[in-house]
Amino acid sequence: MKVIPGTSVTDPPCHGVSELQDFALRIRLGSLRAISAAGLGHVGGDFSVADILGVLFGGVLRLDPSRPDWPERDRFILSKGHAAASLYTALSLRGFLPEAELMTFAANDSRLGGHPNRQKTPGVETNTGPLGHGLPVAVGMATGAQLQGASWRTFVIVGDGEMQEGSNWEALMYAAHRGLASLTLIVDRNRLQQGASTEETNALDPLDQKLSAFGWDTHVVDGHDVQGLFDILAEPNHSSQPRAIVADTIKGKGVSFMEGLAAWHHKVPSAEQVDQAIVELTGVRS
Amino acid sequence: MSAGTAIPAERAAVFDCRVAFAETLIALAEEDERIVAVCNDSVGSSNLGGFREAFPERLINVGIAEQNMVGVAAGLANAGFVPFVSAASPFLTGRAMEQIKADIVYSGANVKLCGQSPGVSYGELGPTHHSIEDIAWMRALDDLPIVVPADPEQTREALHWAADYVGPVFLRIGRHKVRSVSGGQAPAFVPSRCNTLAAGTDVTLIANGTMVEVALDAARQLGAEGVSVRVLNMATVQPLDAEAVLDAARSTGGIVTIEEAVPRGGMGGAIAELLAERHPTRMRMLGTHQFAPTGDVAYLFDRFSLTCNGVAAAARELLSDS
Repeated sequence: MKVIPGTSVTDPPCHGVSELQDFALRIRLGSLRAISAAGLGHVGGDFSVADILGVLFGGVLRLDPSRPDWPERDRFILSKGHAAASLYTALSLRGFLPEAELMTFAANDSRLGGHPNRQKTPGVETNTGPLGHGLPVAVGMATGAQLQGASWRTFVIVGDGEMQEGSNWEALMYAAHRGLASLTLIVDRNRLQQGASTEETNALDPLDQKLSAFGWDTHVVDGHDVQGLFDILAEPNHSSQPRAIVADTIKGKGVSFMEGLAAWHHKVPSAEQVDQAIVELTGVRS
Repeated sequence: MSAGTAIPAERAAVFDCRVAFAETLIALAEEDERIVAVCNDSVGSSNLGGFREAFPERLINVGIAEQNMVGVAAGLANAGFVPFVSAASPFLTGRAMEQIKADIVYSGANVKLCGQSPGVSYGELGPTHHSIEDIAWMRALDDLPIVVPADPEQTREALHWAADYVGPVFLRIGRHKVRSVSGGQAPAFVPSRCNTLAAGTDVTLIANGTMVEVALDAARQLGAEGVSVRVLNMATVQPLDAEAVLDAARSTGGIVTIEEAVPRGGMGGAIAELLAERHPTRMRMLGTHQFAPTGDVAYLFDRFSLTCNGVAAAARELLSDS
């Protein structure tokens, strides 16, 4: 990681929208290649969170790859652990993993399993995979920061379908009760769960009103608008409420034949589809 | 709750392990500012009132929400704290099983899970409140040490050990008042090792928790009949003290296990699994079976043969089969 003079190794590397967009693009390309090599993964969900991850890892999170357990680091949890390939790519871009290792994703005995494992992968804070686990753990982290009077922040991304888990609502209540302003919840609102739309399955709307009613400072943003995401994620929270961001996203965002299709939850693209996806993704960039 | 009153009144000098738990946790917290207590509205039932008075900020009461309670503990550990989660064992282990698996044990979080009022200690409240499955559930998590102290001395020492040990631990804290069985032994608790309370040669009784004093009483009864009884206090169920179990299997005529839990998957199960592979031995496994009928603790113990007479009878039966 190149360090710009006057900045610290713990500072995020990107400056400005184009660098953040490039970071997000690299997350998409890295996950796509890792999933293609592995022959399994969840490309649709990786692409719906890629811009959010790009802004967080590229522009917001203070981390030290040489000390993954640096006590003052910001905490990040990908509660939707099935998007592991995008998290591994983001960690690689911040220097936690060699880029080449991404191609071992889900291989036998790889450190980079199908779901994130903190004891195997540097930079992973807690093991996720079963849904409804990340937010309670994040609430515990933010409670710890509150007890310590620490300045680090906690961010957690949950899938929208995951908001059907009762454990999340237990955690929402308690975070508001404690006034955990250092905690930011980002809901990846791609409106699709494994087999169908969230609204057909067990409706979440009006999700923002529900979060507000639970005592959260709630914002609805375009989950692919890097500038808008940066503005809300980088801004310190001076309120006494935890912050919730409902990020409207598109599953498979960036690849025309994947966008908005539940089938791409865990479908693996063919070699031709990978080539076409790369053209589309890098074409978007130019 | 009248369960605690069901213990025979004539018993002398009995102690509450929950008091030892609460006092020790406060002492540990005075020494180590990383220690916090996490509970589910269980300030009263976990005896955490004193802790709350001493360290109001460090008592994290999430309300009646066990999944969140265990997840929050994992997050606190990530932030550098040493959380002691204290909740009624049926709800801690049953409701939050997946959080214990994924957030604590699989993640390697330095969290101490303290299951309070286990076994049938809630007596008449019935099987929803009994925690007889907890050992079997926790034992399926290989990397989780499981400790069932038998008396206040063991409770104190096990808590000190748990605080020093880096990694998850499950401690099962009994609700009934018990006699001191450690008898001034120092140390009263050695992790992964059982305590030999009597060194007999005819038959071995292996018990833990509230059942250790029952085993000692049965050994006395059998001793009066000329039977030489070995008594092991198996406070650590996982990892098991294989050496002591194998020695008992080789040098005595059979093993009776006694626990206030389901023996299938419990301590009895752990011992049977070890012996099936290493030294097949005749056994009787005493514990609770199926959902209990309505009854107070003394009635339920009697019903499940978790009494001096019941244990002695099982031992005699084992010896007469040989």
